Amino acid sequence: MIILSRLGEYTQLMLSVFQKPEKKSIYRRQILKEIDSLGMDSIGIVAIISIFMGAVVTIQMAFNVDSPLVPLYTIGFATRKSVILEFSPTIVSLILAGKVGSRIASEIGTMRVTEQIDALEIMGINSASFLILPKIIASVLINPFLIIMSMFLAMFGGWASGVLTGLVSSNEFIYGLQFMVRSFDVVYALIKTIVFAFLISSVSGYYGYYTKGGALEVGTSSTKAVVYSSIMVILFNLILTQMLLA
Amino acid sequence: MIEVKHIYKSFNDKLVLNDVSVLFEQGKTNLIIGLSGSGKTVLMKCLVGLFKVDQGDILFNNRSFVSMGNDEQKEIRKEIGMVFQGGALFDSMNVEENVIFPLNMFTDMTLEEKIDRANFCLKRVNLENVNKLSPAELSGGMKKRVAIARAISANPKYLFCDEPNSGLDPRTSIVIDNLIQEITQEFNITTVINTHDMNSVIEIGDKIAFVYKGKLWWEGDKYQILSTDNPEINEFVYATELLRRIKK
Repeated sequence: MIILSRLGEYTQLMLSVFQKPEKKSIYRRQILKEIDSLGMDSIGIVAIISIFMGAVVTIQMAFNVDSPLVPLYTIGFATRKSVILEFSPTIVSLILAGKVGSRIASEIGTMRVTEQIDALEIMGINSASFLILPKIIASVLINPFLIIMSMFLAMFGGWASGVLTGLVSSNEFIYGLQFMVRSFDVVYALIKTIVFAFLISSVSGYYGYYTKGGALEVGTSSTKAVVYSSIMVILFNLILTQMLLA
Repeated sequence: MIEVKHIYKSFNDKLVLNDVSVLFEQGKTNLIIGLSGSGKTVLMKCLVGLFKVDQGDILFNNRSFVSMGNDEQKEIRKEIGMVFQGGALFDSMNVEENVIFPLNMFTDMTLEEKIDRANFCLKRVNLENVNKLSPAELSGGMKKRVAIARAISANPKYLFCDEPNSGLDPRTSIVIDNLIQEITQEFNITTVINTHDMNSVIEIGDKIAFVYKGKLWWEGDKYQILSTDNPEINEFVYATELLRRIKK
């Protein structure tokens, strides 16, 4: 019953969020601001995680490919496949669920408990739309760039670790990266990214918007936002994979 | 003028407002007073539309707020300014951006006109050279004054203040009270203040509505409240030893 009531509340909130904005120019400005705070501020963490993730994937592949029958370029090929299909879109989205999700929930939750949302409502502003819509649009626009950047950096990390540890030569690794390229893999990854971006921003917005109480409850909302948006990412990862690849 | 007609409001079967009717007059500072938990905050939230009443009506200059649709309610809300207990300034904006926010949303004024208006409003609340400060850099009294400046920036017809003196020292409280009264008279707006501060009652109470256990218990002005023989009012007014001694 609680799940149904939450789902109903979330759907109602989304209906309010996607109403016609009061003033488009203000929303446009808000979107740019959110792109900066949700996207640009995440470049550092995404870059670090991607490079190390790619490096680890390459080393693990190298240690598992110990048969002389399997060519060494398979390491580059498998690294590319793993990074594009799963690691960059899903793992980086989970990282963003933690970073961006907690930020969105705590920002909106604090606005709720300090009556800033009431102030917006009294002015005649659709507070749900004003606060959550720019964050959703910003996430949906900027996350694909973050994920593409993550893919390149992860492959770079893989190349660097493979070459520096002597597990694979530069030529073999790059040949593997270029071997049997399927553009649909990237399309699939971007579709997942966009859906995950929507889920992270909207679920976190929901938990922030319905915060009740004080500072303690803001913390609780922030934690719930991270937990539930991560669960939604994992669940939709399975659904989308089944739909798009099966 | 705001007319409240027989409103009822309950939460989970607990009746919080019970048949409240009261008239808030234009150009006057109308005070809602009462003990904590008496229902005065709920009454104010019903007035500004944050809570829907279960029964009854609220008329803003003879326009029924309860029976109108969302779009019409939004239009009325554009005529409302509100000062919250904690100021409710937007943390992500500086003082100037906070004050021009309603103008950004609802007017087609140029940036220069908006900044002029913000400067006028800030000057009116005796604040200057604070335009670029963030709310976190302001004292409690300054926050309240910025909140008043924001509330009046779009020329409201109705001004609501929820405990504007809470957390302020007595001297700053009087400054805020007088400021609200001056603004009310200067712009001829209908001001409703929710308070339990007796200094405010005596200082600016043009019209006072005493709410007790969810009912409108007593109405009068700042002179009548001191001479009434209503026991509940006397218990509220003379709650402190200081006031009891003054009365003696």
